[in-house]
Amino acid sequence: MIKFADVAKGDVLPAQTFPIRRVDLVKYAGASGDFNPIHWNERFAQSVGLPDVIAHGMFTMAEAIRVVTDWCGDPGMIVEYQVRFTKPVVVPDGVAEDSGARLTVTGKVSAVNEDGTVRVDLTAMSGPEGAEKVLGLARAVVRLP
Amino acid sequence: MALDPGFAGRTYPPTAVYEVGREKIREFADAIGDPNPVYRDPAVAQDLGHRDVLAPPTFPIAITWPAALVIIDDPELGLDFSRVLHAEQRFVYARPIYADDQLTATVVIEDVSERMGQGFLSTRTDLVTVDGEHVVSGYSKLVVVGAGQEAQS
Repeated sequence: MIKFADVAKGDVLPAQTFPIRRVDLVKYAGASGDFNPIHWNERFAQSVGLPDVIAHGMFTMAEAIRVVTDWCGDPGMIVEYQVRFTKPVVVPDGVAEDSGARLTVTGKVSAVNEDGTVRVDLTAMSGPEGAEKVLGLARAVVRLP
Repeated sequence: MALDPGFAGRTYPPTAVYEVGREKIREFADAIGDPNPVYRDPAVAQDLGHRDVLAPPTFPIAITWPAALVIIDDPELGLDFSRVLHAEQRFVYARPIYADDQLTATVVIEDVSERMGQGFLSTRTDLVTVDGEHVVSGYSKLVVVGAGQEAQS
């Protein structure tokens, strides 16, 4: 497990890529209780001006923090976590295994604080070329042993 | 429907008790595709010093979001849910949520404003155990599209 003494500002966390398929949004809707049809009904999504079904922002937020929890080893060490939903993650339908969207999350230690916590800044990218930044001001504060 | 800044500070009564439970945590961890055993196996959680399996960091939204619907449903505020967008989310944790927690949610409207025809609502939802221990607070920023205009029928 990572120790506070071993962490320095600028350290890069192992990046991860998460596939997001329609079925993942259906499962998330059920588990979270957010059944807004923009997350599962293409017709409805387009009727409100979206290009297609989009992922729940909270689903994207849930994926992004995995880069931090897998790195620090104990999700109970997270003391603060925030994101801004800047762009929707569009999730096309499809039958292929690799259909849907991909979310790539990178993290970097942006501050080592005197109170024994570190701040990690996260970047979450999606879109056809993986070039769209879908979260803004995404950061977590972690208390390390 | 204009948003009334006078609603800032409004606090709603605590919700009914939410009993967390190991299976709800497992279902949520499955839904976000996170295989971490700390969300499923009490022995793994206890090895890390926790008293029971813990919930993933964004699990509180499954309690705070339904609780915050009290704002959407407040007839005095008169929000149109189909025009409400989730713009920002932040959690501040005193400790993780555990499977054996019994929690109530108290929703507070922290700020209400309007700029360029859009309404902005900042809310805070405190999750507190039935014994009064504060566990986590969720802060949401919501945008109400077209809040400054009359609804087009």
